[in-house]
Amino acid sequence: MLSERPITPSTLSRKDLPWQVKWDIQTCTKCGRCTSVCPVNAIELGVFRKREIKTSMGLNAKPVNEFSTFYGIRQRTDPAYACIGCAMCNMVCPNNAIEPVRQEHSTTLQFQNNRGGQSRTRGGRRNSGESLLDQLKFIRISMLTDPALDAGRHEFDVRTLLGRVLSPENEIKCFNENGWKPPVREIYPLVIGSMSFGALSPNMWEGLQMGVAYLNEELNMPVRMCTGEGGCPPRLLRSRFLKYVILQIASGYFGWDEIIHAIPEMKVDPCAIEIKYGQGAKPGDGGLLMWYKVNKLIAAIRGVPQGVSLPSPPTHQTKYSIEEAVAKMIQSMSMAWGFRVPVYPKISASSTSLAVLNNLVRNPYAAGLAIDGEDGGTGAAYNVSMNHMGHPIASNLRDCYKALCVSGAQNEIPLIAGGGIGKNGNLAANAAALIMLGASMVQVGKYVMQAGAGCLGSEKDRCNVCNIGVCPKGITSQDPRIYRRLDPEKVAERVVDFYLSFDTELRKVIAPLGRSTSLPIGMSDALGVSDKHVADRLDIKYVI
Amino acid sequence: MCRLFALTSRDPVSPMLAIDALNVMKEGHDGSGVGLYLSGLGGPFEDLKEYPVLSGIFTDAGLRRLSEYMTEKGFSSKYSVMFKPDTEPPVGTPKRGTYASIAYELPPEWKDLDKDDLGERLVKTRLELRAEGEQTGDIMVFSFWPDTIMIKEVGDPMAIGEYLQLGREEIHARHILAQGRQNTNYAINLYACHPFFIEGIGTMTNGENTAFIPIKEYLQSRGVTGYQGYQSDSEVFTHIAHFTTKKLGLDISAYKHVITPMNDDEMKDHQDREFLSSLKKACRKLIIDGPNCVIGCLENGTMFMAQDRKKLRPGVVGGNPELGMYAFSSEICGLNAAIPDRDKSQDFQPMHLDTAIVGPDCREVVKCSQKDPLLLQR
Ligand code: SF4
Ligand code: SF4
Repeated sequence: MLSERPITPSTLSRKDLPWQVKWDIQTCTKCGRCTSVCPVNAIELGVFRKREIKTSMGLNAKPVNEFSTFYGIRQRTDPAYACIGCAMCNMVCPNNAIEPVRQEHSTTLQFQNNRGGQSRTRGGRRNSGESLLDQLKFIRISMLTDPALDAGRHEFDVRTLLGRVLSPENEIKCFNENGWKPPVREIYPLVIGSMSFGALSPNMWEGLQMGVAYLNEELNMPVRMCTGEGGCPPRLLRSRFLKYVILQIASGYFGWDEIIHAIPEMKVDPCAIEIKYGQGAKPGDGGLLMWYKVNKLIAAIRGVPQGVSLPSPPTHQTKYSIEEAVAKMIQSMSMAWGFRVPVYPKISASSTSLAVLNNLVRNPYAAGLAIDGEDGGTGAAYNVSMNHMGHPIASNLRDCYKALCVSGAQNEIPLIAGGGIGKNGNLAANAAALIMLGASMVQVGKYVMQAGAGCLGSEKDRCNVCNIGVCPKGITSQDPRIYRRLDPEKVAERVVDFYLSFDTELRKVIAPLGRSTSLPIGMSDALGVSDKHVADRLDIKYVI
Repeated sequence: MCRLFALTSRDPVSPMLAIDALNVMKEGHDGSGVGLYLSGLGGPFEDLKEYPVLSGIFTDAGLRRLSEYMTEKGFSSKYSVMFKPDTEPPVGTPKRGTYASIAYELPPEWKDLDKDDLGERLVKTRLELRAEGEQTGDIMVFSFWPDTIMIKEVGDPMAIGEYLQLGREEIHARHILAQGRQNTNYAINLYACHPFFIEGIGTMTNGENTAFIPIKEYLQSRGVTGYQGYQSDSEVFTHIAHFTTKKLGLDISAYKHVITPMNDDEMKDHQDREFLSSLKKACRKLIIDGPNCVIGCLENGTMFMAQDRKKLRPGVVGGNPELGMYAFSSEICGLNAAIPDRDKSQDFQPMHLDTAIVGPDCREVVKCSQKDPLLLQR
């Protein structure tokens, strides 16, 4: 830092930064760990000069200036290096001598984030803590005719179906005539949503896969995980664990070469194929893996050169329209696995969700529809997309479910809802609410990173540097020096932990409502909300 | 909780037998209503088996409107049992007018219709009348079907029985479903009173059906005439029985596979596992939840009882093959009151996998377990 600092339109004072680094000279031992761990180099070692006036006791001697230099931590004020509040410095400091403090009223950095004409891109969630799902209450408690069920002791069937379910009439007809039946998987209703190998570090991915395998094989919970765009490690493709994986194909087709080539060697079928048309964080935008993260391994798996940014186009460029795309992609993906694997599209919640759904209802091969609300997404996106684009999930899902009810297909096309579930930590309550609004299952991404690996990102724009490969926890970094921090075994353990507690909590919600033998999909009479407009819109009870 | 009592007998008996049994079980219901389903009618209806019987409650204006409406449609009345009580109604029961059961000759152009079309038209006629009555308040119809009478009223079963003189010879029947109602979740409404009826199938339930909304929405979306109303959370049980037997063509012993399918473990060694698991998937929306006991009667007089695994105190079936009389009761004391003279060791309490079925011949209780091989087609 210069001793004489220039003052230009974009210079900031410490006061202007939303995160201030508080450093305590008294307890700091100058070990230097904080500066070495800081992912954005927001702090640096600083040399400070100090003048002290020494006055001696007697009258004869005159006071003197005494100069000393000392070393400490200095926060940089260059917007490019602004502290992101991750608190890694605090985590590594042996004495708690340093910590970031949020300063709510400094907004100046917002105006300085777009430097060099570049808009800000980031990972993480929308910068808004509000959640409609948290406002919904479960009001239909069985008390009168019969007492509530015992969540701890009763037998519960917490499973759901992924895949096209035939109507009862057709099912019987098909059985009698020995006809072709669309594949259906019975799975756990909480799915780990798509986060690609490429976005996540190898350690994170391995941890998740191990957790999922443990849940399936040891705890008999049929949990499934989606890969996201970008392919799948070749060893996994050829292993028996593939059945716990939902492979995603997106508009960039990254990694699909590898997958297609592995088909003859696959020991088992994947759980399902998800065709990504849109995602909650950046509706109408393609995926974006920035060059920082495209290292040798990722480049190899995706079949691309190293060190280049990998944007996917916003649409499947080879297709003429969504109708054609949905029909053809589903058809060809089903065909690739001999019609043994459910194939479904994923779209961002938007005003066109219903149109897509209508296309699926008449498509006998469509296995479901995943809808991702505005709060979803973990990957890199423009700040403006993440904060301002998209449709909230609750009403979008509700509209879709009601449309299915009208056409009598509500058991036939499962809806998979995502986007903002558990954003304030209320995973089970949010998931249960969406299920009662009509979702057959829900998917979570960010929650898995937060609960499973200790991701620091928050709705207050904390951390959120997933896109540039410096993730301080090693979750979304492809740099081995960083992702070494993350222990896959521990991630697996945490994933299992939060699944088990989710399971308990879900039972605690549905048992008092008197449900145990089937998932309460569409049990909208159980829900109430104290906002009249919300109640009318979602067609649930208005309670105050 | 509501009390249920059903009687099936070779010879017509008085509905008061069932009402008496309800009275014995009185502690369990609050007497907020009583419903009766009668089929296999004796008395004057014995020879009118072909003719659909409209049963309901009408004001004088309602009766006039009814006869205009039916004449317009081409129906001509063949025989009618009208009952207009001349005593004061018991406490809590409104004065309503005439309780009527009228057998009609079909309009000439309906006579060649096949059974399904005819059934659908009868249901439509009932629904039209009901809709009309809901506007004016003059007409309430509960059923319109050959050999079927339904009576519903709010109030204590015994008091209503005496008030409406339910012991009358004209309404003696072979198959009787009777319920003493405890009004729980909904406002008191006659249409919400059990038993419910559609196209020859009547059922009644006690318990609470927490899956009501999803099931209702599912049934409504099936495009079947008559799947509407749903004033009570158990009205759907009747429609599921109808759907299972008439739309899917399954035997009544499959009903339980639809409403409470077995779990994977139980299904593991079943010889029809493949069919059952696909049925479970396809009918997932019809899985009921909450402790429930369902008693029902089919068109041919077959009676059944089933309950889900959460029902802690199941109903009981017992009877006397010599007498040719069997009863289905939610409490054993009701059964004791109605058929004291029976071999009690033969009483059967269907548990969570069982359906108890008594055929129209009233000879024995057929106990079917979900683990048994399926009788697929009816
Ligand atoms: S909080 Fe994080 S970004 Fe801020 S100084 Fe500490 S380590 Fe660096
Ligand atoms: S901890 Fe990593 S994954 Fe979480 S917000 Fe920060 S950079 Fe992103």
